[in-house]
Amino acid sequence: MARMKFICDAERCIECNGCVTACKNEHEVPWGVNRRRVVTINDGVIDQEKSISVACMHCSDAPCMAVCPVDCFYRTDEGVVLHDKDVCIGCGYCSYACPFGAPQFPSNGTFGLRGKMDKCTFCAGGPEKDGSQAEFEKYGRNRLAEGKLPACAEMCSTKALLGGDGDVIADIFRNRVVKRGAGSEVWGWGTAYGRAPHPDATPPENKS
Amino acid sequence: MMRLLVVSLSALALMACSERDQSLTGSPVKSDGKSWQGAKNDFVAHGWTPGDKTSWEKQIRTRGQNQNEYIRMN
Repeated sequence: MARMKFICDAERCIECNGCVTACKNEHEVPWGVNRRRVVTINDGVIDQEKSISVACMHCSDAPCMAVCPVDCFYRTDEGVVLHDKDVCIGCGYCSYACPFGAPQFPSNGTFGLRGKMDKCTFCAGGPEKDGSQAEFEKYGRNRLAEGKLPACAEMCSTKALLGGDGDVIADIFRNRVVKRGAGSEVWGWGTAYGRAPHPDATPPENKS
Repeated sequence: MMRLLVVSLSALALMACSERDQSLTGSPVKSDGKSWQGAKNDFVAHGWTPGDKTSWEKQIRTRGQNQNEYIRMN
């Protein structure tokens, strides 16, 4: 099996925040912590507004793992980056290292004490026994062990957010882009890896 | 008798001085179970057999295709 990955299709995301709500509800995430959020650029600008749902991207070479002073992170066989809250000291180094702002720190108590780090688990729980109450309380539901995919992706109404086996979701996305006729040249792998744009592609502002 | 009591109490008091092992020989993280072994709760989806890795992988791929409306709608 390939690694578990998320892809968000900016051409489809309608900023409904269904993914955010699904995540908060599924894991009973505390107030002030957003494991997933929707980011919008060019808000209100006609034809240029784009939204994308962002959470932990479960990086193959995760910077949070590299900087953690207590080595609380680990990676599962499916490539999901998880952490052990019993080892985490809540220092916040991971939040400085993460390019996606994924690590969250619950503020509780009168003086807003910074708790242990919390982040998207790809609905894979944590090191506690799979499906146990202890795992749920610390990390949320373990949907992967229930034979399900992350709630955010499965709940997405426009299927902008895809989650699952990297090969499967990459095929779904590729098929869409082919059917759509354009898209990858303005947002996607081409942009991320600096591939030369398609000769027929035009930037969004020049599209008729 | 008094000496024995003193020695016992000293030993008891010194026990608090013991340190947790902090050597870097192993990962401090608890080991995690494999997803394909299945969660021990009532929410496990139908269509696969917990404990069977191949069955779990097939389930995840099938479920992944539910996100593909080019297949769902036809």
